[in-house]
Amino acid sequence: MIKAQNIVKSFEGRTVLKDISVEFGTGQTNLIIGRSGSGKTVLLKSLVGLHEVDEGTIYYDDVCFSQLDFKARKQIRKDVGMIFQGGALLDASTVEQNVKLPLDLFTDQTEEEKMERVNYCLKRVNLENANKLYPSELSGGMIKRAAIARAIVMNPRYLFCDEPNSGLDPQTSIVIDNLIHDITKEYNITTIINTHDMNSVMEIGEKIVFIYEGEKWWEGSKDVILHADNKELNDFVFASAMAKRAKSVIR
Amino acid sequence: MLRLLEHIGRYTLLMQKVFSRPEKMRIYRERIMYEMEALGLNSIGLTAIISVFIGAAVTLQMAITLESPFIPQYLIGYATREVMILEFSSTVVALILAGKVGSNIASEIGTMRITEQIDALEIMGINSASYLIMPKIVATTFFFPFLAIFSMLIGIAGGYSIAAATGIMKTADYIEGLQYCFYTSEIAYALVKMVFFAFFVTSISAYCGYYAKGNSLEVGKASTQAVVISSIVIMICNLILTQLLRT
Repeated sequence: MIKAQNIVKSFEGRTVLKDISVEFGTGQTNLIIGRSGSGKTVLLKSLVGLHEVDEGTIYYDDVCFSQLDFKARKQIRKDVGMIFQGGALLDASTVEQNVKLPLDLFTDQTEEEKMERVNYCLKRVNLENANKLYPSELSGGMIKRAAIARAIVMNPRYLFCDEPNSGLDPQTSIVIDNLIHDITKEYNITTIINTHDMNSVMEIGEKIVFIYEGEKWWEGSKDVILHADNKELNDFVFASAMAKRAKSVIR
Repeated sequence: MLRLLEHIGRYTLLMQKVFSRPEKMRIYRERIMYEMEALGLNSIGLTAIISVFIGAAVTLQMAITLESPFIPQYLIGYATREVMILEFSSTVVALILAGKVGSNIASEIGTMRITEQIDALEIMGINSASYLIMPKIVATTFFFPFLAIFSMLIGIAGGYSIAAATGIMKTADYIEGLQYCFYTSEIAYALVKMVFFAFFVTSISAYCGYYAKGNSLEVGKASTQAVVISSIVIMICNLILTQLLRT
Protein backbone atom coordinates (compact mmCIF):
# COMPACT_ATOMS: atom_id res chain seq x y z
CA MET A 1 0.00 0.00 0.00
CA ILE A 2 1.16 3.52 -0.77
CA LYS A 3 -0.48 6.43 0.98
CA ALA A 4 -0.06 10.16 0.35
CA GLN A 5 -1.36 12.63 2.90
CA ASN A 6 -1.89 16.32 2.20
CA ILE A 7 0.76 16.56 -0.49
CA VAL A 8 1.70 20.04 -1.67
CA LYS A 9 4.29 20.70 -4.35
CA SER A 10 5.27 23.98 -5.98
CA PHE A 11 7.72 24.98 -8.72
CA GLU A 12 9.02 28.55 -8.71
CA GLY A 13 6.01 29.83 -6.80
CA ARG A 14 3.44 27.93 -8.88
CA THR A 15 1.54 25.31 -6.87
CA VAL A 16 1.25 22.15 -8.97
CA LEU A 17 -0.14 19.75 -6.36
CA LYS A 18 -2.71 21.15 -3.95
CA ASP A 19 -3.28 19.20 -0.76
CA ILE A 20 -3.66 15.73 -2.29
CA SER A 21 -4.48 12.77 -0.08
CA VAL A 22 -4.88 9.37 -1.65
CA GLU A 23 -4.29 5.68 -0.90
CA PHE A 24 -3.21 3.05 -3.45
CA GLY A 25 -3.91 -0.55 -2.55
CA THR A 26 -1.68 -3.61 -2.88
CA GLY A 27 -2.33 -6.17 -5.61
CA GLN A 28 -4.38 -3.80 -7.75
CA THR A 29 -3.71 -1.48 -10.68
CA ASN A 30 -4.16 2.08 -9.50
CA LEU A 31 -4.52 4.70 -12.21
CA ILE A 32 -3.86 8.41 -11.99
CA ILE A 33 -5.65 10.17 -14.83
CA GLY A 34 -5.99 13.77 -15.87
CA ARG A 35 -5.36 16.21 -18.69
CA SER A 36 -1.84 17.13 -19.77
CA GLY A 37 -0.42 19.62 -17.29
CA SER A 38 -2.86 18.64 -14.53
CA GLY A 39 -0.02 17.53 -12.25
CA LYS A 40 -0.27 13.75 -12.52
CA THR A 41 3.39 13.24 -13.52
CA VAL A 42 4.50 15.51 -10.66
CA LEU A 43 2.33 13.44 -8.31
CA LEU A 44 3.86 10.18 -9.56
CA LYS A 45 7.42 11.54 -9.32
CA SER A 46 6.69 12.88 -5.84
CA LEU A 47 5.39 9.49 -4.75
CA VAL A 48 8.53 7.79 -6.01
CA GLY A 49 10.83 10.44 -4.49
CA LEU A 50 12.15 12.06 -7.68
CA HIS A 51 10.54 15.31 -6.50
CA GLU A 52 10.67 16.32 -2.84
CA VAL A 53 7.25 17.39 -1.61
CA ASP A 54 6.92 20.81 0.07
CA GLU A 55 4.29 19.60 2.52
CA GLY A 56 2.64 16.32 3.42
CA THR A 57 3.79 12.76 3.95
CA ILE A 58 4.13 9.64 1.81
CA TYR A 59 3.92 6.17 3.30
CA TYR A 60 5.14 2.91 1.74
CA ASP A 61 3.15 0.44 3.83
CA ASP A 62 4.11 1.46 7.38
CA VAL A 63 7.27 3.38 6.48
CA CYS A 64 7.13 7.15 6.18
CA PHE A 65 9.10 7.42 2.93
CA SER A 66 9.09 11.22 2.70
CA GLN A 67 10.97 11.55 5.98
CA LEU A 68 13.69 9.01 5.20
CA ASP A 69 17.26 10.08 4.43
CA PHE A 70 19.08 9.13 1.20
CA LYS A 71 20.55 5.93 2.66
CA ALA A 72 17.27 4.63 4.05
CA ARG A 73 15.45 5.46 0.80
CA LYS A 74 18.06 3.49 -1.09
CA GLN A 75 16.93 0.34 0.75
CA ILE A 76 13.28 0.95 -0.18
CA ARG A 77 14.21 1.72 -3.79
CA LYS A 78 15.41 -1.84 -4.20
CA ASP A 79 11.71 -2.75 -3.83
CA VAL A 80 10.65 -0.18 -6.40
CA GLY A 81 10.36 -0.63 -10.16
CA MET A 82 9.51 2.17 -12.53
CA ILE A 83 8.58 2.28 -16.19
CA PHE A 84 9.22 5.66 -17.74
CA GLN A 85 7.33 7.27 -20.58
CA GLY A 86 10.19 6.76 -23.07
CA GLY A 87 11.43 3.52 -21.49
CA ALA A 88 14.63 5.18 -20.18
CA LEU A 89 16.76 2.19 -21.10
CA LEU A 90 20.49 2.93 -20.99
CA ASP A 91 21.44 3.67 -24.60
CA ALA A 92 24.97 2.27 -24.32
CA SER A 93 23.79 -1.09 -22.92
CA THR A 94 22.03 -4.03 -24.53
CA VAL A 95 18.60 -5.18 -23.37
CA GLU A 96 20.26 -7.94 -21.35
CA GLN A 97 22.71 -5.53 -19.69
CA ASN A 98 19.87 -3.12 -18.91
CA VAL A 99 17.80 -5.80 -17.21
CA LYS A 100 20.81 -7.31 -15.42
CA LEU A 101 22.15 -4.02 -14.02
CA PRO A 102 20.21 -4.02 -10.71
CA LEU A 103 21.20 -7.66 -10.15
CA ASP A 104 24.87 -6.83 -10.82
CA LEU A 105 24.87 -3.98 -8.34
CA PHE A 106 22.66 -5.21 -5.54
CA THR A 107 22.84 -8.99 -5.40
CA ASP A 108 25.56 -11.55 -4.79
CA GLN A 109 24.12 -13.99 -7.30
CA THR A 110 26.38 -15.94 -9.62
CA GLU A 111 26.46 -15.03 -13.31
CA GLU A 112 24.35 -18.13 -14.11
CA GLU A 113 21.70 -17.19 -11.54
CA LYS A 114 21.57 -13.64 -12.83
CA MET A 115 21.22 -14.77 -16.45
CA GLU A 116 18.50 -17.22 -15.46
CA ARG A 117 16.56 -14.39 -13.82
CA VAL A 118 17.14 -12.01 -16.76
CA ASN A 119 15.98 -14.60 -19.27
CA TYR A 120 12.94 -15.40 -17.14
CA CYS A 121 11.94 -11.71 -17.02
CA LEU A 122 12.52 -11.24 -20.75
CA LYS A 123 10.44 -14.33 -21.46
CA ARG A 124 7.72 -13.03 -19.14
CA VAL A 125 7.41 -9.92 -21.33
CA ASN A 126 7.72 -11.91 -24.60
CA LEU A 127 11.15 -10.55 -25.45
CA GLU A 128 13.15 -13.78 -25.52
CA ASN A 129 15.30 -13.06 -28.55
CA ALA A 130 16.24 -9.48 -27.81
CA ASN A 131 19.07 -10.04 -25.29
CA LYS A 132 21.84 -8.64 -27.44
CA LEU A 133 19.89 -5.80 -29.06
CA TYR A 134 20.51 -2.16 -28.18
CA PRO A 135 17.58 0.18 -27.37
CA SER A 136 18.07 1.95 -30.72
CA GLU A 137 17.31 -1.36 -32.46
CA LEU A 138 13.98 -1.87 -30.67
CA SER A 139 10.45 -0.81 -31.60
CA GLY A 140 8.39 1.35 -29.21
CA GLY A 141 6.51 -1.66 -27.84
CA MET A 142 9.73 -3.65 -27.36
CA ILE A 143 11.31 -0.75 -25.46
CA LYS A 144 8.33 -0.66 -23.10
CA ARG A 145 8.51 -4.42 -22.60
CA ALA A 146 12.24 -4.29 -21.91
CA ALA A 147 11.58 -1.50 -19.41
CA ILE A 148 8.96 -3.70 -17.72
CA ALA A 149 11.46 -6.58 -17.57
CA ARG A 150 14.02 -4.29 -15.92
CA ALA A 151 11.40 -2.99 -13.51
CA ILE A 152 10.41 -6.46 -12.29
CA VAL A 153 13.84 -8.12 -12.25
CA MET A 154 14.38 -7.37 -8.55
CA ASN A 155 10.87 -8.63 -7.60
CA PRO A 156 9.59 -5.18 -6.65
CA ARG A 157 6.79 -4.56 -4.16
CA TYR A 158 5.90 -1.24 -5.77
CA LEU A 159 5.63 -0.54 -9.48
CA PHE A 160 5.27 2.95 -10.96
CA CYS A 161 4.43 3.50 -14.63
CA ASP A 162 4.52 6.91 -16.26
CA GLU A 163 2.30 6.82 -19.33
CA PRO A 164 3.35 3.32 -20.39
CA ASN A 165 1.20 3.51 -23.55
CA SER A 166 2.33 6.82 -24.94
CA GLY A 167 3.39 6.53 -28.57
CA LEU A 168 2.04 3.00 -28.98
CA ASP A 169 -0.69 1.75 -31.29
CA PRO A 170 -3.98 0.65 -29.63
CA GLN A 171 -3.23 -3.08 -29.94
CA THR A 172 0.25 -2.84 -28.44
CA SER A 173 -1.16 -0.57 -25.72
CA ILE A 174 -3.58 -3.31 -24.69
CA VAL A 175 -0.73 -5.85 -24.62
CA ILE A 176 1.30 -3.57 -22.33
CA ASP A 177 -1.73 -2.83 -20.12
CA ASN A 178 -2.53 -6.49 -19.71
CA LEU A 179 1.10 -7.32 -19.01
CA ILE A 180 1.29 -4.75 -16.21
CA HIS A 181 -2.05 -5.90 -14.84
CA ASP A 182 -1.04 -9.59 -14.88
CA ILE A 183 2.32 -8.86 -13.23
CA THR A 184 0.53 -6.83 -10.53
CA LYS A 185 -1.68 -9.80 -9.70
CA GLU A 186 1.05 -12.40 -10.06
CA TYR A 187 3.46 -10.72 -7.62
CA ASN A 188 0.88 -8.87 -5.50
CA ILE A 189 2.49 -5.52 -6.27
CA THR A 190 1.22 -2.03 -5.52
CA THR A 191 1.06 -0.62 -9.04
CA ILE A 192 0.45 3.03 -9.85
CA ILE A 193 -0.02 3.99 -13.49
CA ASN A 194 -0.08 7.50 -14.78
CA THR A 195 -2.15 7.71 -17.97
CA HIS A 196 -4.58 9.69 -20.07
CA ASP A 197 -5.44 6.71 -22.24
CA MET A 198 -9.13 5.90 -21.77
CA ASN A 199 -8.62 2.39 -23.12
CA SER A 200 -6.29 1.69 -20.20
CA VAL A 201 -8.82 3.15 -17.80
CA MET A 202 -11.54 0.83 -19.04
CA GLU A 203 -9.26 -2.21 -19.30
CA ILE A 204 -7.36 -2.23 -16.02
CA GLY A 205 -8.59 0.67 -13.85
CA GLU A 206 -9.28 -1.05 -10.54
CA LYS A 207 -8.79 2.22 -8.74
CA ILE A 208 -8.84 5.52 -10.61
CA VAL A 209 -7.83 8.91 -9.25
CA PHE A 210 -8.72 11.93 -11.41
CA ILE A 211 -6.45 14.95 -10.98
CA TYR A 212 -7.75 18.31 -12.12
CA GLU A 213 -5.58 21.45 -11.93
CA GLY A 214 -3.42 19.96 -9.20
CA GLU A 215 -6.29 18.73 -7.03
CA LYS A 216 -7.76 15.30 -6.49
CA TRP A 217 -11.12 15.79 -8.16
CA TRP A 218 -12.61 12.33 -8.15
CA GLU A 219 -11.74 8.72 -7.28
CA GLY A 220 -13.46 5.45 -8.06
CA SER A 221 -13.15 2.43 -10.34
CA LYS A 222 -13.73 1.61 -14.01
CA ASP A 223 -17.14 0.26 -13.10
CA VAL A 224 -18.43 3.60 -11.86
CA ILE A 225 -16.47 6.11 -13.94
CA LEU A 226 -18.93 6.06 -16.84
CA HIS A 227 -21.81 6.89 -14.52
CA ALA A 228 -20.08 9.60 -12.52
CA ASP A 229 -21.77 13.00 -12.56
CA ASN A 230 -18.64 15.06 -12.08
CA LYS A 231 -18.53 17.65 -14.88
CA GLU A 232 -14.73 17.95 -15.21
CA LEU A 233 -14.34 14.18 -15.12
CA ASN A 234 -17.03 13.72 -17.77
CA ASP A 235 -15.42 16.38 -19.96
CA PHE A 236 -12.17 14.40 -19.75
CA VAL A 237 -13.61 10.89 -20.12
CA PHE A 238 -16.04 11.73 -22.91
CA ALA A 239 -13.80 14.15 -24.81
CA SER A 240 -13.76 12.16 -28.06
CA ALA A 241 -16.73 11.86 -30.44
CA MET A 242 -16.65 8.07 -30.07
CA ALA A 243 -16.80 8.30 -26.29
CA LYS A 244 -19.71 10.73 -26.53
CA ARG A 245 -21.62 8.29 -28.71
CA ALA A 246 -20.82 5.46 -26.31
CA LYS A 247 -22.09 7.59 -23.44
CA SER A 248 -25.41 8.20 -25.16
CA VAL A 249 -25.79 4.45 -25.71
CA ILE A 250 -24.92 3.65 -22.07
CA ARG A 251 -27.30 6.24 -20.69
CA MET B 1 28.97 36.45 -8.79
CA LEU B 2 26.18 34.82 -6.82
CA ARG B 3 25.52 32.43 -9.71
CA LEU B 4 29.18 31.54 -9.90
CA LEU B 5 29.19 30.67 -6.19
CA GLU B 6 26.01 28.63 -6.71
CA HIS B 7 27.68 26.68 -9.52
CA ILE B 8 30.84 26.08 -7.44
CA GLY B 9 28.71 24.86 -4.54
CA ARG B 10 26.66 22.55 -6.74
CA TYR B 11 29.82 21.26 -8.44
CA THR B 12 31.41 20.50 -5.05
CA LEU B 13 28.29 18.63 -3.90
CA LEU B 14 28.25 16.66 -7.14
CA MET B 15 31.91 15.68 -6.70
CA GLN B 16 31.13 14.56 -3.15
CA LYS B 17 28.41 12.32 -4.58
CA VAL B 18 30.71 11.11 -7.37
CA PHE B 19 33.44 9.99 -4.96
CA SER B 20 31.17 8.32 -2.40
CA ARG B 21 31.67 4.60 -1.88
CA PRO B 22 30.75 2.64 -5.03
CA GLU B 23 28.08 -0.05 -4.85
CA LYS B 24 30.20 -2.83 -6.39
CA MET B 25 33.83 -2.25 -7.29
CA ARG B 26 33.87 -4.96 -9.98
CA ILE B 27 31.20 -3.18 -12.02
CA TYR B 28 33.09 0.10 -11.69
CA ARG B 29 36.33 -1.51 -12.84
CA GLU B 30 34.58 -2.73 -15.98
CA ARG B 31 33.18 0.74 -16.60
CA ILE B 32 36.61 2.34 -16.11
CA MET B 33 38.07 0.03 -18.77
CA TYR B 34 35.20 0.87 -21.11
CA GLU B 35 35.68 4.61 -20.59
CA MET B 36 39.44 4.32 -21.13
CA GLU B 37 38.71 2.96 -24.55
CA ALA B 38 35.92 5.42 -25.32
CA LEU B 39 37.60 8.57 -24.03
CA GLY B 40 41.31 7.73 -24.15
CA LEU B 41 42.14 5.23 -26.88
CA ASN B 42 39.72 6.87 -29.29
CA SER B 43 41.56 10.19 -28.85
CA ILE B 44 44.95 8.84 -29.95
CA GLY B 45 44.34 9.53 -33.64
CA LEU B 46 43.38 13.17 -33.13
CA THR B 47 46.28 13.74 -30.72
CA ALA B 48 48.73 12.20 -33.18
CA ILE B 49 47.55 14.23 -36.20
CA ILE B 50 47.63 17.56 -34.36
CA SER B 51 50.94 16.84 -32.59
CA VAL B 52 52.83 15.83 -35.73
CA PHE B 53 51.73 18.95 -37.63
CA ILE B 54 52.37 21.33 -34.73
CA GLY B 55 55.80 19.76 -34.11
CA ALA B 56 56.65 20.26 -37.79
CA ALA B 57 55.26 23.80 -37.87
CA VAL B 58 57.15 24.84 -34.72
CA THR B 59 60.41 23.53 -36.20
CA LEU B 60 59.78 25.41 -39.46
CA GLN B 61 58.91 28.62 -37.63
CA MET B 62 61.97 28.38 -35.42
CA ALA B 63 64.23 27.67 -38.37
CA ILE B 64 62.90 30.72 -40.23
CA THR B 65 62.95 33.02 -37.19
CA LEU B 66 66.37 31.97 -35.87
CA GLU B 67 68.12 32.11 -39.23
CA SER B 68 71.32 33.89 -38.20
CA PRO B 69 75.01 32.94 -38.28
CA PHE B 70 75.25 33.92 -34.58
CA ILE B 71 72.56 31.49 -33.40
CA PRO B 72 73.53 27.81 -33.34
CA GLN B 73 71.09 25.61 -35.28
CA TYR B 74 70.69 23.07 -32.51
CA LEU B 75 68.59 25.69 -30.67
CA ILE B 76 65.79 24.94 -33.16
CA GLY B 77 65.58 21.36 -31.87
CA TYR B 78 65.88 22.64 -28.31
CA ALA B 79 63.03 25.15 -28.80
CA THR B 80 60.80 22.56 -30.45
CA ARG B 81 61.37 20.16 -27.57
CA GLU B 82 60.60 22.82 -24.96
CA VAL B 83 57.42 23.92 -26.71
CA MET B 84 56.20 20.37 -27.15
CA ILE B 85 56.99 19.19 -23.62
CA LEU B 86 56.18 22.25 -21.54
CA GLU B 87 53.03 23.60 -23.16
CA PHE B 88 51.77 21.76 -26.22
CA SER B 89 51.59 18.16 -24.97
CA SER B 90 49.68 19.15 -21.84
CA THR B 91 47.92 22.50 -22.22
CA VAL B 92 47.12 22.56 -25.94
CA VAL B 93 46.30 18.86 -26.09
CA ALA B 94 44.03 19.33 -23.05
CA LEU B 95 42.25 22.18 -24.83
CA ILE B 96 41.76 19.98 -27.89
CA LEU B 97 40.50 17.12 -25.71
CA ALA B 98 38.16 19.55 -23.93
CA GLY B 99 36.56 20.02 -27.32
CA LYS B 100 36.39 16.35 -28.20
CA VAL B 101 36.01 14.49 -24.91
CA GLY B 102 34.35 17.33 -22.97
CA SER B 103 31.52 17.86 -25.44
CA ASN B 104 31.12 14.09 -25.74
CA ILE B 105 30.71 13.67 -21.97
CA ALA B 106 28.36 16.64 -21.57
CA SER B 107 26.09 15.58 -24.43
CA GLU B 108 26.07 11.92 -23.35
CA ILE B 109 25.15 12.68 -19.73
CA GLY B 110 22.83 15.53 -20.77
CA THR B 111 20.92 13.23 -23.08
CA MET B 112 20.67 10.66 -20.31
CA ARG B 113 19.24 13.38 -18.07
CA ILE B 114 16.53 14.58 -20.45
CA THR B 115 15.52 11.05 -21.50
CA GLU B 116 15.10 10.10 -17.81
CA GLN B 117 17.88 7.48 -17.88
CA ILE B 118 19.46 9.15 -14.84
CA ASP B 119 16.09 9.11 -13.04
CA ALA B 120 15.81 5.41 -13.88
CA LEU B 121 19.20 4.75 -12.24
CA GLU B 122 18.18 6.73 -9.15
CA ILE B 123 14.90 4.79 -8.88
CA MET B 124 16.88 1.54 -8.95
CA GLY B 125 18.80 2.84 -5.93
CA ILE B 126 21.98 3.43 -7.93
CA ASN B 127 24.11 6.49 -7.17
CA SER B 128 23.86 7.85 -10.72
CA ALA B 129 26.59 10.47 -10.26
CA SER B 130 29.09 7.92 -9.05
CA TYR B 131 28.06 5.26 -11.57
CA LEU B 132 28.24 7.57 -14.59
CA ILE B 133 30.90 10.13 -13.74
CA MET B 134 33.49 8.46 -11.51
CA PRO B 135 34.66 5.90 -14.13
CA LYS B 136 35.10 8.72 -16.66
CA ILE B 137 37.21 10.80 -14.26
CA VAL B 138 39.38 7.84 -13.25
CA ALA B 139 39.81 6.78 -16.89
CA THR B 140 40.85 10.22 -18.15
CA THR B 141 43.15 11.13 -15.24
CA PHE B 142 44.91 7.83 -15.82
CA PHE B 143 44.97 7.86 -19.62
CA PHE B 144 45.49 11.52 -20.55
CA PRO B 145 49.08 11.62 -19.23
CA PHE B 146 49.86 8.79 -21.69
CA LEU B 147 48.36 10.92 -24.43
CA ALA B 148 50.65 13.76 -23.32
CA ILE B 149 53.73 11.52 -23.58
CA PHE B 150 52.51 10.30 -26.95
CA SER B 151 52.00 13.89 -28.11
CA MET B 152 55.56 14.86 -27.03
CA LEU B 153 57.08 11.97 -28.99
CA ILE B 154 54.96 12.48 -32.10
CA GLY B 155 55.48 16.27 -32.07
CA ILE B 156 59.25 15.94 -31.80
CA ALA B 157 59.19 13.31 -34.54
CA GLY B 158 57.16 15.74 -36.66
CA GLY B 159 59.88 18.35 -36.21
CA TYR B 160 62.56 15.83 -37.19
CA SER B 161 60.62 14.77 -40.28
CA ILE B 162 60.18 18.33 -41.57
CA ALA B 163 63.89 19.03 -40.96
CA ALA B 164 64.82 15.92 -42.90
CA ALA B 165 62.27 16.48 -45.66
CA THR B 166 62.96 20.16 -46.36
CA GLY B 167 66.65 20.32 -45.44
CA ILE B 168 65.98 23.55 -43.58
CA MET B 169 68.47 22.35 -40.94
CA LYS B 170 70.74 19.40 -40.30
CA THR B 171 68.98 16.55 -38.54
CA ALA B 172 72.12 16.00 -36.43
CA ASP B 173 71.73 19.57 -35.12
CA TYR B 174 68.05 18.90 -34.40
CA ILE B 175 68.95 15.82 -32.34
CA GLU B 176 71.70 17.70 -30.53
CA GLY B 177 69.14 20.38 -29.64
CA LEU B 178 66.74 17.75 -28.32
CA GLN B 179 69.45 16.56 -25.91
CA TYR B 180 70.58 20.04 -24.89
CA CYS B 181 69.84 21.03 -21.25
CA PHE B 182 67.28 18.25 -20.84
CA TYR B 183 65.71 17.76 -17.41
CA THR B 184 63.30 14.91 -16.77
CA SER B 185 61.50 17.14 -14.28
CA GLU B 186 60.03 18.97 -17.30
CA ILE B 187 58.20 15.80 -18.32
CA ALA B 188 56.99 15.27 -14.76
CA TYR B 189 55.72 18.88 -14.76
CA ALA B 190 53.79 18.30 -18.00
CA LEU B 191 52.28 15.07 -16.71
CA VAL B 192 51.19 16.62 -13.40
CA LYS B 193 49.51 19.40 -15.36
CA MET B 194 47.77 16.86 -17.57
CA VAL B 195 46.36 15.00 -14.56
CA PHE B 196 44.78 18.24 -13.31
CA PHE B 197 43.49 19.16 -16.76
CA ALA B 198 41.98 15.69 -17.26
CA PHE B 199 40.17 15.95 -13.93
CA PHE B 200 38.76 19.40 -14.66
CA VAL B 201 37.76 18.67 -18.27
CA THR B 202 35.92 15.49 -17.28
CA SER B 203 34.29 16.71 -14.08
CA ILE B 204 33.19 20.10 -15.47
CA SER B 205 31.77 18.51 -18.62
CA ALA B 206 29.97 15.89 -16.53
CA TYR B 207 28.60 18.65 -14.28
CA CYS B 208 27.25 20.58 -17.29
CA GLY B 209 25.55 17.45 -18.65
CA TYR B 210 24.25 16.20 -15.30
CA TYR B 211 22.30 19.38 -14.63
CA ALA B 212 21.03 19.84 -18.20
CA LYS B 213 17.30 20.49 -18.38
CA GLY B 214 14.66 20.57 -21.06
CA ASN B 215 15.31 19.36 -24.59
CA SER B 216 18.03 18.63 -27.15
CA LEU B 217 18.64 22.37 -27.54
CA GLU B 218 19.61 22.56 -23.87
CA VAL B 219 21.90 19.53 -24.26
CA GLY B 220 23.64 21.36 -27.08
CA LYS B 221 24.05 24.42 -24.86
CA ALA B 222 25.38 22.26 -22.02
CA SER B 223 27.90 20.74 -24.42
CA THR B 224 29.11 24.17 -25.59
CA GLN B 225 29.20 25.42 -22.01
CA ALA B 226 31.31 22.41 -21.02
CA VAL B 227 33.94 23.20 -23.65
CA VAL B 228 34.04 26.92 -22.85
CA ILE B 229 34.26 26.52 -19.07
CA SER B 230 36.77 23.65 -19.31
CA SER B 231 39.00 25.73 -21.61
CA ILE B 232 38.94 28.74 -19.26
CA VAL B 233 39.67 26.54 -16.24
CA ILE B 234 42.56 24.88 -18.13
CA MET B 235 44.15 28.27 -18.83
CA ILE B 236 43.76 29.46 -15.23
CA CYS B 237 45.00 26.14 -13.88
CA ASN B 238 47.96 26.25 -16.27
CA LEU B 239 49.06 29.60 -14.87
CA ILE B 240 48.70 28.49 -11.26
CA LEU B 241 50.54 25.19 -11.82
CA THR B 242 53.34 26.87 -13.77
CA GLN B 243 53.81 29.32 -10.93
CA LEU B 244 53.76 26.52 -8.33
CA LEU B 245 55.86 23.92 -10.15
CA ARG B 246 58.34 25.93 -12.20
CA THR B 247 59.37 28.80 -9.94
